[in-house]
Amino acid sequence: MGVVDREFEKLEAAFQAKVEAEQRIEPKDWMPEKYRQTLIRQMSQHAHSEVVGMLPEGNWLTRAPSLKRKAILMAKIQDEGGHGLYLYSATETLGISRDQMFDQLHSGKAKYSSIFNYPTLNWADIGAIGWLVDGAAITNQIALCRCSYGPYARAMIRICKEESFHQRQGYEIMMTMAQGTEEQRDMAQDALNRWWWPTLMMFGPNDSNSAHSAQSMQWKIKRQSNDELRQKFVDATVPQAEFLNLRIPDDQLKWNEDRGHYDFGEIDWEEFRNVVKGNGLCNRERLQARVDAHEGGRWVREAALAHARKQEARKAAAAA
Amino acid sequence: MTDKDMLFDYLLRLGDNSLILGQRLAEWCGHAPMLEEDLALTNIGLDLLGQARMFLSYAGEVEGNGRDEDRLAYFRDTKDWRNLLLLEQPNGDFAMTMARQFFFDSFQYLQFEALSNSTDERLAGIAAKSLKETTYHRRHSTDWIIRLGDGTDESHERMQRAIEALWGYLPEMFDMDAVDEAMVVDGIGADVAALRPEWDEYVNGVLTEATLTRPEDSWSVRGSREGKHSEHLGYILAEMQFLPRAYPDAKW
Repeated sequence: MGVVDREFEKLEAAFQAKVEAEQRIEPKDWMPEKYRQTLIRQMSQHAHSEVVGMLPEGNWLTRAPSLKRKAILMAKIQDEGGHGLYLYSATETLGISRDQMFDQLHSGKAKYSSIFNYPTLNWADIGAIGWLVDGAAITNQIALCRCSYGPYARAMIRICKEESFHQRQGYEIMMTMAQGTEEQRDMAQDALNRWWWPTLMMFGPNDSNSAHSAQSMQWKIKRQSNDELRQKFVDATVPQAEFLNLRIPDDQLKWNEDRGHYDFGEIDWEEFRNVVKGNGLCNRERLQARVDAHEGGRWVREAALAHARKQEARKAAAAA
Repeated sequence: MTDKDMLFDYLLRLGDNSLILGQRLAEWCGHAPMLEEDLALTNIGLDLLGQARMFLSYAGEVEGNGRDEDRLAYFRDTKDWRNLLLLEQPNGDFAMTMARQFFFDSFQYLQFEALSNSTDERLAGIAAKSLKETTYHRRHSTDWIIRLGDGTDESHERMQRAIEALWGYLPEMFDMDAVDEAMVVDGIGADVAALRPEWDEYVNGVLTEATLTRPEDSWSVRGSREGKHSEHLGYILAEMQFLPRAYPDAKW
């Protein structure tokens, strides 16, 4: 074994010891290249999800049924853009630029949460997204608040606070719809029918099939397994659905006294893979919308840069 | 028109301006040239929406027929809307959106400044709060006029085209009809015609810094104070009002 290899092993051991000791890894600390790459993949995917997630909700912004709902939705979407910005910055600490991350998104190399490839078809979908999708996101993100990478953990703490407001407003929309006219109830049930299973898919493959899980657990990027988090979400959400008097579309859903958890049916993993592969109703539109915004905005960004350079040159000329 | 009718109409003008422009900005959501602008446009849209709600709620109370902000926003057809023609014009490209915003912000800044001294305390309060927001809006749109005007050849051309496309909608901002006159006499409203010189001075200064050419006053259209609008408003309302119109018994 060469000197370089021994040196590397020492660094890696020290890194893992630090992780075990629950100390945060900071941008300037040494880290294994794979740790860095894993975080870039996960954090940029998270940032992209926030930004792409603005689209299905933005779809109802101009049609929100009251001015108050419109204001709340607008504030929520703005929060999400802010989360995106915050997460892109946190990811940049790992040595990748926002432009590079955009390129990866637009070329299809980087992913975003598949949930946003589903369409928002009625107003209750806005409620369902807040209640279920944000609810699932919080379940994941609370676990990430203790992630070993400092900037990501800190971003999560801040984001979780806003997400819990989002979830409440979503549930409140569902409650209003569920207690409203027959047509509103139908919309609420229809939204729950369409969003329930895709939300459960947000937690990722079963633990036995999860490609990245074991290593991420060892590095404490991930603190709880996909199935544990999914169970936690189901346990928390079923009573909320009962309170709304809405039916979760799963015939096998049942409280299991022995386990102290709800049993639930098998996820249609074929659908999951299919949507990830690009065959969801909105995959092409969502990505195209982002590409169009970026390409269509190129002249604006170039102008801002050109103007800033002119200003600099003028300042320099004045100083000379 | 009674005094009450006139105040109602006057408040509708203020509320409708904010609401329609806010609705237009909402269309940008998720499509802005950069993430920072997505945040800025939703932020400004949110301010405008907040202003609209205050003005429309007040208008409904003045009218006294039990119409609240939502009844006024969702159940009036085009002829009863009082927003400026400028504000219902389509977003176009980012230059068009910013030009529209800049012309209006620089007008609204002066109008809110005047209205914050209104003898109507409630109106003065709304105006004072809105003035703080509009100060930021005006700075934001001014910066973009300068950046795009004095940016690249392409951005300069786009911005010049945008201000020319909108120029004829601007005189309407400074029109005074019987309602405006009566509001000024009562010390409630702003003398918008009198704001023109200061507006010109500010706008000219920004256009010059942006290396843009102030267009000739060769055309102008008007009509919003009597509910005469461009064809665009009908589509804005069709979209905005869809749910409450389709399900009139529902509470949301």
